[in-house]
Amino acid sequence: MVVVEQTRVALGTLFPDSHPTAVSSEEDNQGTAPREVGILVTDPAKHGHHIDVLCRPDQVVAVARIMDGEGYFLESISGVDWPDRQQFEIIYDYNRLGGEHCRVMVRTLMDRNQPVVPTITEVFPAADWHERETFDFYGIHFQDHPNLIRILLPEDADFYPLRKDYMP
Amino acid sequence: METSMWHALLYLVGIMAFAGVNAAWLGWCERKGAARIQRRIGPCEAGFAGLLQPLADGLKLLSKQLLVPQGVDGIIFRVAPVLAMIPAITSMAVIPFSENIGARAMELSVLLLFALASIAMIAILLGGWASGNKYALISSARAVSQNLAYEIPMLLTVITVVMISGSMNLRDIAIDQQGGFWHWNIFRLENGHFLTMWISFIIFFICAIAETNRAPFDMAEAESELVAGFMTEYGSMGFGLFMMGEYLNIVVGACLTAVLFLGGWDCPFGLTPGIWWFLLKIYILIFTFIWIRWTYPRTQIYRLLNLSWKILIPFSLANLMVTAALIKVF
Amino acid sequence: MTVPVSPRHDETFVLNLGPQHPATHGVLRVKLTMDGEYIVKAEPVLGYIHRMHEKLAEASTFAQFMPNTARMDYLHALAFNHGWALVVEKAAGIEVPERAEYIRVITVELNRIASHLLWWAAFLLDLGGFTPLLYAFDDREKIIDLLERITGSRLTYCYMRFGGVYNDIDDEFIKGTRDFIKRLRGRMPRLYHDLVTHNIILIKRIKDIGIISAEQCRRYGATGPVARGSGIDYDVRKHEPYSVYPEFDFDVPVFNEGDSMARYMVRMHEMEQSMRIIEQALDKLPEGPVMAKVPKVLKPGAGYYYSAVETARGSLGHRLVCNGDKNPYKLKLRSPTFSNLSLYGEVAEGMLLADALALMGSLDLVIPEIDR
Repeated sequence: MVVVEQTRVALGTLFPDSHPTAVSSEEDNQGTAPREVGILVTDPAKHGHHIDVLCRPDQVVAVARIMDGEGYFLESISGVDWPDRQQFEIIYDYNRLGGEHCRVMVRTLMDRNQPVVPTITEVFPAADWHERETFDFYGIHFQDHPNLIRILLPEDADFYPLRKDYMP
Repeated sequence: METSMWHALLYLVGIMAFAGVNAAWLGWCERKGAARIQRRIGPCEAGFAGLLQPLADGLKLLSKQLLVPQGVDGIIFRVAPVLAMIPAITSMAVIPFSENIGARAMELSVLLLFALASIAMIAILLGGWASGNKYALISSARAVSQNLAYEIPMLLTVITVVMISGSMNLRDIAIDQQGGFWHWNIFRLENGHFLTMWISFIIFFICAIAETNRAPFDMAEAESELVAGFMTEYGSMGFGLFMMGEYLNIVVGACLTAVLFLGGWDCPFGLTPGIWWFLLKIYILIFTFIWIRWTYPRTQIYRLLNLSWKILIPFSLANLMVTAALIKVF
Repeated sequence: MTVPVSPRHDETFVLNLGPQHPATHGVLRVKLTMDGEYIVKAEPVLGYIHRMHEKLAEASTFAQFMPNTARMDYLHALAFNHGWALVVEKAAGIEVPERAEYIRVITVELNRIASHLLWWAAFLLDLGGFTPLLYAFDDREKIIDLLERITGSRLTYCYMRFGGVYNDIDDEFIKGTRDFIKRLRGRMPRLYHDLVTHNIILIKRIKDIGIISAEQCRRYGATGPVARGSGIDYDVRKHEPYSVYPEFDFDVPVFNEGDSMARYMVRMHEMEQSMRIIEQALDKLPEGPVMAKVPKVLKPGAGYYYSAVETARGSLGHRLVCNGDKNPYKLKLRSPTFSNLSLYGEVAEGMLLADALALMGSLDLVIPEIDR
């Protein structure tokens, strides 16, 4: 648990106000309901990730830099559509190549009508394709992305299929 | 050899038949050989052991349309496959199959063969260039640099043979080696030529594989890189002619190797020389071609050129000098 | 061999490698800007076999999505089965009987050997060696036959269930598996190594070609044999143990060179390690049921779940978001080759066309898995 603690402390510098607390596995099933910005240490046996970070969209790059400094790699970027809350969510999964295992889930929420988030391509080139895929499926705009075009869908597609209101 | 009208006709028909049968059934041999090496059966449906397969393939190719893609140089596109076939057949004219069988015994037949081989290379260049396809273009550029690189060591080693035999006539070279395998150029006992001639043979054989664009030197039609190389845009008999030209080049290469190094029609024990020995030798050599192709992966174009320019050419030059010295000493 | 290239736009041309090309093993297109035979820029273009499995998952129940998983990585389909089963079991809190986990490991590892054999065959085909293809298929056929007996299908398996497996293994399967391992061990040194691995042409072709550094692997998120060929000791089976892998004694082959040869050697050694795992699993195979009592309709609690498995190509992750309904609210498939391929553009720059294709072969691409 050394790495988990170290990562939590490193990330904690971004959230001076919140008090990160380790929660037991019974209570930490916080569901998907929105919560305060901050760090949550979770039970990996139950969720598959050790740390759950919820940050503001403008903090995404700062988090990526911290993760890069701690030697993590970007596993995936996934978007989630919450139409009833009028929000989009982006989940960044960070993991470590070898050594002690620690997976960090970084989430950020944004307005569904103005889905804009800064790109982390400069920190992790791996994000290039993952961000393009999220743009492709959700129409989330990644600011300053070098090549934000469709990746899996045809170039002339005019829909975002993973939005919940998309009907084929 | 006096040449009457009848002789000319006889030889024409004979050579065309030999070339045609070889071009068609070597494809069958290759497929059967590959299948056996790969623990498969190979063609077995058409006729006994699939022996009619080449006919079926030929019929199919003939029945297809010769598609000329839009925007290509139509004339050159159509001429190139023919140009690939003609030199290979023409080469047969100067090859001595036995003491009495051979269309023409020219004084400079060795030179003629190399001149014709260059025309085959031009056919590939034209075919690839005229196709208007980038893969074909890369392929033809590769083929030219490869053939240029390998003609030099090939010629240098042939010079050693010419020096020993004192002739550029293939028939004379073969006659010079009669009387058992110890007279063959590759093992030649007299004058200590066995010291160098087996090196010549190895260099020559490698060059023959490279000249005929066979694996592991099949850079020109590397199908996992260049789809089908210079043949990408060819269908129908255009493709068929390229294929037949390739097989005929193998036959010519094997014939040349047999005549230059393996005593032509001579029996290994000096007993009953004749055309059967010649055929036996060339088919063993052709089998070796097939065997090598289905055993090794392909090499890389720059390694291929390095092999020629940095290893084979210096070696063949040194070999040439040693051979010359040996002739001088003895 | 890599040389510094100075691209002059009037001297370069664009070569479309694919979507139909013998070396891409499927419908991948790489837009190459070439300077002669040197690559100035390589740009993979994806999506030709995209089927939107993630949307399909949202539209189907958890169990209904199981057959889809096999359609992504058709070469290591059981690992995709396994990954999906694991993440749903994690979310729904299902306990799996031990025997079922052992059977899962045995079949997944058999499938991994089959996948590596096919990769080996296809890689040699890329390099112009035709004969090894048939030899590898000979061995692979034995595995496919064994798995067909147990799972009922030959390529796109739907064998795992939440809480176990669909079918128990029998004595004939166990005997057949042991025979197969004996056979492959006997053939490996002579057929695979003497004929191919030690072949000088092959060594010259892939040694020092396509060097990927460990740092590149981390920045691009490359996992699996690609990362292990670059000296990264990372295997999900060891570092994030799942199923019953901790009970087996096996090594993670790591090579430091980072070239195509290193990735080749990693996979060759992994086959041996998989055989070791299978042997131990067969020895220790416990008795008992192969299926737990699981409700007909699964409704995992709301929350975020992640589960990773090691497929033949790297770490496969499922990011699952549930909202308490009977179908997944959101499923993201983190497919290993998607990340592995993303570094291709950077590595292929300045390489010769033929070398770049050797590099592509050594990445072991399965296109439906990239495009999902």
